[in-house]
Amino acid sequence: MALNNFCLVCGGTGCESSKADDIFKNLRTAVEAHGLTGQVQVVKTGCFGFCEKGPIVKILPDESFYVEVKPEDAEKIVAEHLVKGRPVKELLYKTADQVTAKTEEDIQFYQKQIRIVLRNCGIINPEDVQEYIARDGYLGLEKVLFEMTPQQVIDEVKKSGLRGRGGAGYPTWLKWTNTSKTPADQRYVICNADEGDPGAYMDRSTLEGDPHSVLEAMTIAGYAQGATKGFIYIRAEYPLAIHRLEVAMKQSREMGLMGKNILGSGFDFDIEIRLGAGAFVCGEETALIQSIEGKRGMPVPKPPFPSVSGLWGKPTSINNVETYANIPVIITKGGDWFASIGTATSKGTKVFALTGAINNSGLVEVPMGTTLREIVYDIGGGIKGGKAFKAVQSGGPSGGVLPAASLDTPIDYESLTKIGSMMGSGGLIVLCESDCIVDVVKFYLDFSVEESCGKCAPCRIGGRKLLNILDKITKGKGTLEDLATMEQIGFAMQRASLCMLGGTTPNPILSTIKFFREEYLEHIEQKKCRAGKCKDLVTYTVIADKCIGCTVCARKCPVNCISGERKAPHVIDQSKCIKCGACFDACKFGAILVS
Amino acid sequence: MSVITKDKTATEFSSTLVQFIEEWKDKPGSLIMILHRLQQEFGFLPRPAIIQLSQMLQLPLAKIYGVVTFYHYFKLTKPGRNNIQVCMGTACYLKGGEDIIHELENLLGIHLNQVSDDGEFSFESVRCVGCCGLAPVAVCGTEVFGKLVPDKLPEVLAKLKSN
Ligand SMILES: Cc1cc2nc3c(=O)[nH]c(=O)nc-3n(C[C@H](O)[C@H](O)[C@H](O)COP(=O)(O)O)c2cc1C
Ligand code: SF4
Ligand code: SF4
Ligand code: SF4
Ligand code: FES
Repeated sequence: MALNNFCLVCGGTGCESSKADDIFKNLRTAVEAHGLTGQVQVVKTGCFGFCEKGPIVKILPDESFYVEVKPEDAEKIVAEHLVKGRPVKELLYKTADQVTAKTEEDIQFYQKQIRIVLRNCGIINPEDVQEYIARDGYLGLEKVLFEMTPQQVIDEVKKSGLRGRGGAGYPTWLKWTNTSKTPADQRYVICNADEGDPGAYMDRSTLEGDPHSVLEAMTIAGYAQGATKGFIYIRAEYPLAIHRLEVAMKQSREMGLMGKNILGSGFDFDIEIRLGAGAFVCGEETALIQSIEGKRGMPVPKPPFPSVSGLWGKPTSINNVETYANIPVIITKGGDWFASIGTATSKGTKVFALTGAINNSGLVEVPMGTTLREIVYDIGGGIKGGKAFKAVQSGGPSGGVLPAASLDTPIDYESLTKIGSMMGSGGLIVLCESDCIVDVVKFYLDFSVEESCGKCAPCRIGGRKLLNILDKITKGKGTLEDLATMEQIGFAMQRASLCMLGGTTPNPILSTIKFFREEYLEHIEQKKCRAGKCKDLVTYTVIADKCIGCTVCARKCPVNCISGERKAPHVIDQSKCIKCGACFDACKFGAILVS
Repeated sequence: MSVITKDKTATEFSSTLVQFIEEWKDKPGSLIMILHRLQQEFGFLPRPAIIQLSQMLQLPLAKIYGVVTFYHYFKLTKPGRNNIQVCMGTACYLKGGEDIIHELENLLGIHLNQVSDDGEFSFESVRCVGCCGLAPVAVCGTEVFGKLVPDKLPEVLAKLKSN
C-alpha cells in the first residue's frame, strides 16, 4: 500500500514542552488502531515557527494546519480526518475575524514570510538524512566538491552578498578570504551556536529542525577555506539541539558525507561538538576560542583576528548558525538569486524570534527590508490585549529600542544601527504601554553586568556604575544629572572596552534616553512609574468605601500583610507589602488602589 | 546534559566516566567537556571528584577551579532532588518570571540557589530556555512548564515531588 498521508508533528523545544511527544505517540497508536499503518506516516519535525499556537500538527498532502493540539485530540484527527476525510474544524486556526483558516496560506502569520534558513523546519524529520537529501540536501556540497574550486565557492558567496547573522554583519566571503589567504598547515572553521541573547532562539530552532543544513554548510566552508576540521560550539542548555546534531553527524559519517575522502572527492572534513557552559561572553569570537581551548572564556585583544591567528594559533573562521544555514541554498540556487532578495546592502532574509506583548509570538523569517510594522502588525497580529504599542527592542542586551516613529523603517543592518540599535542575533521583543522602559533597560544592564568577564575596567566598573544609577532611578532617588552621567559613562564604555560586550552594554540606556527621555524624567521628577513596574514607586492601598470585606485579597497576599474582619474594610500593612500586585488582581470590587 | 544519571553521594568514578575521561584527556582543550561529563555523573562538581580529576589529568587544582568558577553552568554545591530552573530571559521576565520566583520562595521557604531542608527542591534562575512563546517558563530535568502563573505552582511542586 502506498502512503496516502503524512502527519507532521512539531518536535521543537517549545512544542515538546507542551506535550508534543504524547501527541506523536497517540497519533501513532491511533493510526495503528484504525488499520492505517503503511498508509499514514507520523513524522516528528522541527519548529513550525508559530509557537504561540503550538503544539502544531500538519496533515499532508492537503496541508491542514491544526493548532493548540492536545494529546487526546490525536484520536479525533485520525478517525475524522484521515479515515473519513473530514478536517477537524475546531482544531483549525481561526483568524482575528474568526474565519477558520484551512492551511498555512490562509494564516496571516505566514503570508509575508520567505523561508530560506527555515526551509526545512517543520517539513522534514530532522533525524533522517534521507528527508534532507530529498529536499536538495547535500546537492550543494556535491556541486562544490566536483564542479567548483575553493575560489569559485568564495566568489559565489561574494555574489550573494551574505553577511554574518551573528550580530556584526561582516561579509561572509571576506572572512573566508582572509582565513584562506593566511598561510598555514591547519585551518579551522567554527560554528557559533552559543546563542546567548536572553530572548532569542533562532539558532536553536534551526539546529533542532534542520541540523544537516549546518553540517553541509560547514563542510562547504571547510572546502572553500582549506580547513579539514570544524567545531560546533553550542550551549549546554540546548540538549535537544545537541542530540539532533549528534544523530545527524553519525548519519552523514555513515553515508560518506563527512570524514575522510568525502563522496570520493579526496576532501577530508570532520566536525566535533564542544559545549558551552553558560557564559554569554563566550559568544564573542575570541572568548569562544579560549573556551574551546578549555580555558576561562575571556576575550583577547584583536588584532590578531581569528582569521590570522585563531584556535590554537591557526587561521580560524567563525560563523553563526543562521549564516551557515544560508550557504547550501546559495550554492544550489546561485548567489545572484540570493542577492535578488533584500535591500541594497543587506541581502537575503533574517530570522527573528518575536516575543513580548504580541499576539503571535514565534519564529519569523522575512526578507531584509521588511518594515517593523509588517512584522508587528501583519505577522505578529498586533499587540496583545489591544494595548498600545510602545517600542520594539532589538539586538538584546547589546541593542536598543525602536520607537513607534521607526515602525516604517525597512529593517536592515544599516537602518538599525542608524537608529542606535542593532540587528543583533534576532531577538525582537515587543513592548507595550504596561512595560516600563527604565525597568526593561535595568533588566538588560543587570544581564550585561552579570555576564561581564571583568577583564577590562571600562566594562567592569562602568557597567556596575550604570546599573547603580538605574537602580537609584527605579527607586525614585534619581537626579537629572544622573542622565548626563549615564551618557558620559556610556560613551566612554563604547570607546574603551576591550570587547563588544562592554562596548554595547550602554546601548539600551543610550537609545532609551534618546527616545523615551520623558519616562526617565517621570521617574526622576515625579517619582512615578506609569506602568507600575518599579515597585518602589507604587503603593497598594484599600479604598475603604469600596471594600466589602470579602477577604479574598488577604488570602492571596503572599506575605499575609492584609488584615481585616470579614465584611469590614481591609487594611494593608505597608511596611510588609512586597508590591506583588496579587491583591489588585484578586479584588473583584475594584477596592485596591495602585498609586 | 542536565539529566543526573545517578544520585550518588560518594564520589566514586564509574567505569564509563573513567572511560570517557581516558578517551578525552589527550585531546586539546578537553577540560570543559570532561567537567560536563563529571557534573552529569554527580549532579554537581564535588570537591573530592575535582581533586581526583586533577590527578587523572595532571592539571593543577587551581587551573580546574579557575575554569569551573568562570562558567555559570558548573555547580559546586549539591542541588535538590528536583532542581527547578526558572527562566528569566527577556520574554519570561516581561511576562512575570519574577512573580514565579517570589511564589517559589514562599512555597518552598528557600531563596534562589538554596536547597530545601528535605533535599527535595532547589531552584535557580536561568536565561532563555528557548520556549519564549510559552513564557513564563520553568524547567525541571526534561520537563518544561509553560505559561506559568503563581497559582499553578503548588500543582507543579506536587507533581515533581511524586515523580
Ligand atoms: C558578547 C558577545 C556575544 C556574542 N554572542 C554571539 C552568539 O551567541 N552567537 C553568534 O553567532 N555570535 C555572537 N557574537 C558575535 C560573534 O563574536 C561573531 O561576530 C559571530 O559569531 C560571527 O559570525 P557571523 O559573521 O556569521 O555573524 C557575540 C559577540 C559578542 C561581543
Ligand atoms: S568588555 Fe567586558 S566582557 Fe569584554 S573583555 Fe572587557 S570586561 Fe570582559
Ligand atoms: S501588593 Fe502583594 S504584598 Fe502587597 S498587599 Fe497586595 S498582595 Fe500583599
Ligand atoms: S478583595 Fe477587595 S473587597 Fe475583598 S477584602 Fe480585599 S479589598 Fe476588600
Ligand atoms: S525568555 Fe524564557 S524561554 Fe525565552
